[in-house]
Amino acid sequence: MIGKLDLATLQNLWWLICSVVGALFVFLTFVQGGQSMLLAIGHDEDEKRLVVNSLGRKWELTFTTLVLFGGALFAAFPKFYATSFGGAYWVWMFILFTFIIQAVSYEYRSKEDNFLGTLTYDIFLLVNGVVGVLLIGVAVGTFFTGANFSLNAYNLVTWHHPLRGLEAVFNPFNLALGLFLVFLARTLAALYLKNNLAHEGLRLRLGRAGFRNLLYALPFLLYVLGRLVFMDGYAVDPESGAVGLEAGKYLHNLMVMPLLAVMLACGLVLVIWGVVGNRFTSGDKGIWLAGPGTFLVALTLFLLAGYNNTPFYPSTFDPASSLTIHNASSSHYTLTVMSYIALAIPVVLAYVFCFWRKMDIGKLSTADMARELDLY
Amino acid sequence: MIEQLGAATVNWARAQFALTAMYHWIFVPLTLGLSFLLAFFETIYVKTGDESWKRLTRFWMRLFAINFAIGIATGIILEFEFGTNWSNYSWMVGDIFGAPLAAEGIFAFFLEATFFAVMFFGWDRVSKRMHLFSTWMVAVGSNLSALWILVANAWMQHPVGMDFNAEMARFEMRNFREILFSPVAISKFTHTTSSAFMLGSFFVIAVSSWYLLKGRHLKMAKRSMIVAAVFALLSSVMVGVTGDEAAYSIARIQPMKLAAIEGLYQGEDNAGLVAVGLMNHAKKVDNDEAPFLAAARIPGLLSLLANRRFGSFVPGINDLVYGNQQRHIVGIKEKMVRGREAVWALGMYKKARRNDDARGASAALTNFNLNKAYLGYGYLSRPEEAVPPVPLSFYSFHIMVVLGTVLPLVCIFILYFSNKGSLERQRWLLGAGVASVFMGWVAQEAGWVVAEVGRQPWAIQGLLPVSVARSNIGAGSVQTTFFMFLILFTLLAWAEVRIMLNQIKKGPEDN
Ligand code: HDD
Ligand code: HEM
Ligand code: HEM
Repeated sequence: MIGKLDLATLQNLWWLICSVVGALFVFLTFVQGGQSMLLAIGHDEDEKRLVVNSLGRKWELTFTTLVLFGGALFAAFPKFYATSFGGAYWVWMFILFTFIIQAVSYEYRSKEDNFLGTLTYDIFLLVNGVVGVLLIGVAVGTFFTGANFSLNAYNLVTWHHPLRGLEAVFNPFNLALGLFLVFLARTLAALYLKNNLAHEGLRLRLGRAGFRNLLYALPFLLYVLGRLVFMDGYAVDPESGAVGLEAGKYLHNLMVMPLLAVMLACGLVLVIWGVVGNRFTSGDKGIWLAGPGTFLVALTLFLLAGYNNTPFYPSTFDPASSLTIHNASSSHYTLTVMSYIALAIPVVLAYVFCFWRKMDIGKLSTADMARELDLY
Repeated sequence: MIEQLGAATVNWARAQFALTAMYHWIFVPLTLGLSFLLAFFETIYVKTGDESWKRLTRFWMRLFAINFAIGIATGIILEFEFGTNWSNYSWMVGDIFGAPLAAEGIFAFFLEATFFAVMFFGWDRVSKRMHLFSTWMVAVGSNLSALWILVANAWMQHPVGMDFNAEMARFEMRNFREILFSPVAISKFTHTTSSAFMLGSFFVIAVSSWYLLKGRHLKMAKRSMIVAAVFALLSSVMVGVTGDEAAYSIARIQPMKLAAIEGLYQGEDNAGLVAVGLMNHAKKVDNDEAPFLAAARIPGLLSLLANRRFGSFVPGINDLVYGNQQRHIVGIKEKMVRGREAVWALGMYKKARRNDDARGASAALTNFNLNKAYLGYGYLSRPEEAVPPVPLSFYSFHIMVVLGTVLPLVCIFILYFSNKGSLERQRWLLGAGVASVFMGWVAQEAGWVVAEVGRQPWAIQGLLPVSVARSNIGAGSVQTTFFMFLILFTLLAWAEVRIMLNQIKKGPEDN
């Protein structure tokens, strides 16, 4: 069945798969959001410990989703992988560093003789939670605002800015997207933790924190959406293959693909519903609304960036070098093989979901902490 | 043009890859081996219902988790380093190389991530059987991740199942099955995982030996040790068989590597295997120095290892570099001529396509196809460049093989004396038990040096030298990140060692 799909269909399919993984990652950044609140939310060691141990059961999933996002882009769009990682060197390096320090922090923070001290590991978690998410947002922003590269006849990349990718931080759109993601992650963290913890004081504070962080996120969100609707975007002429600026390109994309507009609206409503319900009622299911809502919003953004003859990695330096899902993809054969492999993704999602539920049936309480042998 | 300027960038990028990979490899084999031991221990617990086996399992699990965390920290950087430091490589072979990496994420990492949390925190949250299942899944997941990344690595040593697409100027996959089941992939996966089982076992043996020497936790230590010794012994048989398989396939696929790891300059019939040797560092391919200052050989054994036939011919470095008509070996110089023809024809093809010159393009393509098998040689500037660092390859190989032969003896003695019931009194053996894990690590790292240094100067054997594989970036940036990794990983590794030692000192009962 898959073997019969033509190249363009496979390219669309793989952009969808990468976008789904990317959007799942954005949802899962609630782990990072929680890390960024860690030093403030817990009033004493017990509360802090509860928060860390709740997040500590999930962090690897977020991490692994990021790794898979990278791997899927490599396999399906190797030209993007080569161009962006080899070109925007420093952004990616900084992002990676924040994830390296995250990976040891849970396990080592409360162990005796841990050399750097608990506070250092907590700061590592904070850095990952803030800088890591911010820079990922900035990097995703360049899907819309473009980057300073050119490709030669052999598709080898040259970068035309000495900051090698870090220059993207100075673009207001990218920065706003990054900051939006930081506050969104914190909002989600508050919802997730309220759902996962049995601790009245914390639950009350988390309900408020979620609402507050959504308010912080709002201006950045409005700015991002406003710009997205009004900004010029790069467009590919399907006939000639020429790339040029088009006024209101992303608004245009939304109108051509009304489903995306619906997804965006639904997503935003779900997020707001989840947060508001969480703040003003004693319910704690907010994460199950805001989580899928976040997924929809992020998915819409990724799809807007790649579909409808839009280069998903435009070059501001040399628009002709811009990457589209059609010129950056793997071969027909590879995409086909990969599609068979991707059939396993629903199975993976199923067992992740199933064991997540199993582990989270009972809420985590201070009593659990006292009973557990192995704690972060 | 595909350029190969920037030797400094290449060298720093290589140093960085070597550094990060070797750090990663301190922790990875321990994860691979220990994960199965945990599964064995817990299975015994579930079968017998004996709580002391549960305590034992949880103790080793705690050590496992400490190691696992830093394994992940050092792994993520490798995944992205292909893009950051080897971006030309990523483009030119991404069509093939990306697939196993993505498969690794889908099939393996999620198993590890999901079931690790269940295994570590789920003792009271899921049923006994479900918990046991999770522990097994962590072991399976870890080793599956090894499968995929080793398939990728094996493909670099032996590029099969692909073709060059001149239009795109890149290599493309043609046959996934060939890549997955290439003989190198099979020998690499089996050899690497079974040697990792050895290391994991020696870790358990070392910690247990230390307890016995100190007279602490005797029952737990002896129990753990016996399971580990049996596992190590069985694995060591696998290691030997698969190592032999690896050597046999190298002889066919990378004869230069074989010649380098044996320091064999002049090919010969009935070649001997160097048992011990001291290399002469003044020896270069193009001078007449003797390769060894001193060496003892086992006659005929190299021929047997390489070709499974006594008396057969094993080519030396000189034969491979300068050619040997009598043996039908084409020298590097000739391959370079054909490689340059391929590079040139590719340029002509591109130019003709740009000018819409269909006839020119088809002529250039025909010429390219005739010579494309030698593409990589077109980028070499001297035939001698095709020779990897010989002494490093030689010593690494010999250290690995010697340790591979000696280490199983430790297990045999352990099993013998524990059968006689006098294990605690054999202090020399317990000392060797403590040392065994360090020797295991040396063998592990040496093995990778054999595999990776021995294939220089190629990133993809015969097709893409490292000088072309690099990113277009200043050496300064790569140098900076090199030192950032060096400092950060060293700090984290030091923290890991201290936490680990602290937990070992505390032992199982205190928790
Ligand atoms: C033979 C086995 C093997 C080899 C050769 C490598 N690794 Fe590894 N890797 C593992 C076996 C492994 C593992 C056992 O599965 C780890 C170690 C500890 C762990 O948690 O998983 C791991 C962790 C790990 C992670 C973190 C995974 C996660 O999200 O949990 C990444 C991204 C990589 N590795 C990537 C690489 C790359 C790009 C390599 C090659 C250059 C590489 N590894 C060599
Ligand atoms: C984890 C164990 C590994 C170790 C210890 C290791 C060791 C090394 C060393 C020492 C080098 C430098 C060689 C030199 O510069 O002379 C190197 C280079 C390299 N290795 Fe590995 N390697 C490992 C795994 C892998 C794997 C699994 C892959 C592929 C998937 C790989 C791909 C490469 C690449 C691309 C380079 C850089 C290009 C080159 O110098 O050949 N390595 N590795
Ligand atoms: C009888 C003993 C052994 C023999 C004949 C042997 C042979 C080999 C050969 C020929 C290679 C190179 C494979 C290649 O370049 O593709 C290799 C690699 C390697 N060896 Fe061994 N080996 C032995 C023992 C060991 C032991 C005891 C360990 C570790 C405990 C070990 C760990 C490794 C590793 C990690 C690699 C790199 C992965 C690979 O290339 O497969 N080996 N071995």
